[in-house]
Amino acid sequence: MKPAPFRYADPGTLDEALEVLSAEGEGAKVLAGGQSLLPLLSMRLAAPAVLVDINRVPGLDTIEATGDGVRVGALVRHGALLGGGPDADAAARVQPLLARATAHVAHPAIRNRGTTVGSIAHADPSGEMTSVLALTGGSVAVATPSGTSEIPWADFFVGPLETSLPAAAVVTSAFFPALPPRAGTAFAEIARRRGDYAVCGAGVVVTLDDDRRVSAARAAYISVGLVPEVHDLTEAVAGQPADAADWSAAAALARGKVDPDADLHAGAGYRRHLVGVLTGRTLPAAAAEAVSRSAA
Amino acid sequence: MTPVDAERTVSLTVNGVPREATVPVRRLLSDALRHDLGLTGTHVGCEHGVCGACTVLVDGAPVRSCLVLAVQVDGRSVRTVEGLARDDGRGGQLLHPVQEAFRECHALQCGFCTPGFLMTIAAGLEARDAAEEISEEEVDDMVGGNLCRCTGYANIKKAVRHAAAAMREDAR
Repeated sequence: MKPAPFRYADPGTLDEALEVLSAEGEGAKVLAGGQSLLPLLSMRLAAPAVLVDINRVPGLDTIEATGDGVRVGALVRHGALLGGGPDADAAARVQPLLARATAHVAHPAIRNRGTTVGSIAHADPSGEMTSVLALTGGSVAVATPSGTSEIPWADFFVGPLETSLPAAAVVTSAFFPALPPRAGTAFAEIARRRGDYAVCGAGVVVTLDDDRRVSAARAAYISVGLVPEVHDLTEAVAGQPADAADWSAAAALARGKVDPDADLHAGAGYRRHLVGVLTGRTLPAAAAEAVSRSAA
Repeated sequence: MTPVDAERTVSLTVNGVPREATVPVRRLLSDALRHDLGLTGTHVGCEHGVCGACTVLVDGAPVRSCLVLAVQVDGRSVRTVEGLARDDGRGGQLLHPVQEAFRECHALQCGFCTPGFLMTIAAGLEARDAAEEISEEEVDDMVGGNLCRCTGYANIKKAVRHAAAAMREDAR
């Protein structure tokens, strides 16, 4: 189908964007990459009165990597985080999970337009970046007519496709804290086709102590649950050597913690099984990376 | 005050030719190309970004034209399947290596998905170092986002390798 009629504005500054959003009220919707919004419009699942296209707003297309973490602007396309540029390479050094998970986001043609921040603001439980934001303990920067604020991930995601974002607001960036020393990450997905929505996905962070024993293991899953959740799996592997930890115990623990839903693509039991499989695959990979980062 | 419009006039370059159209702002790029500009080579399949049939290049990068509004390409350069072949200098046209490869390898049957495949693959092959041998992973990446429901992917992947080899020869 075609989108229902709407009106369109493409303001040249953030202030102008906020002005239009305030003036138009609840019926206005922000358009960035549009790779989730346009399908919703074409399927008539959403019919906003006004689209406020922020693509002309300057200063939102930057990737800033510092010792504290990576700040990704609202107009940074998925593809830009995958490497190739100096900013993306710096980001990958500070928080490797970002590019690692982005590689699983959709197909190249979608990644050329879709934005990381838009994917987070869309809050789809089958999106990768919502869980990456949660797992890294990240936050989003929000601009409203009355000022800017930083909202931690746990306060941002309210339900599937639902956030705590106020009506006249633009998410201007997302912040992914740096990977701490002696920690490693891994990300894996099961999807029908490369680039499709994951039937199940897993991102993990493993942290080691000075003796290369596991001090923490955390995981977040894709297409499992209604909002991103971080599961602490440390108790199954705490104090065990990084190269010989009982990862299957951690996988079993993870299976018990998640509460997946069934849909057309997979039953709840199969998703729970995949949580175990992917946890068992990713944790040792993350531990190996933690070992090599400890050595460096 | 920023204008909030129901209709706009869009100026863009399509296959090197400056074009203009006045469209309702909800017009998808795919429909603008077909209905307003008469370029029906771009096919519309699922209309929600899943099938890839409508893929075109915007400023050289492949995008789903059903997931872009026509007003968003104002001032941009769009390349469609009609812009793949080039003049041979004798009043005819030379097919793009990807088009030649599709013909050679029988990579199309009904042809509905073909324009999207051609654009995605052409952009993928033009963006890589032609002198390098193409890997299976690269091939998968170039065809993975497009749906074909009759030819099957074996011949399409064969065509990607064939075109990559032809472009490698040309690069020498």
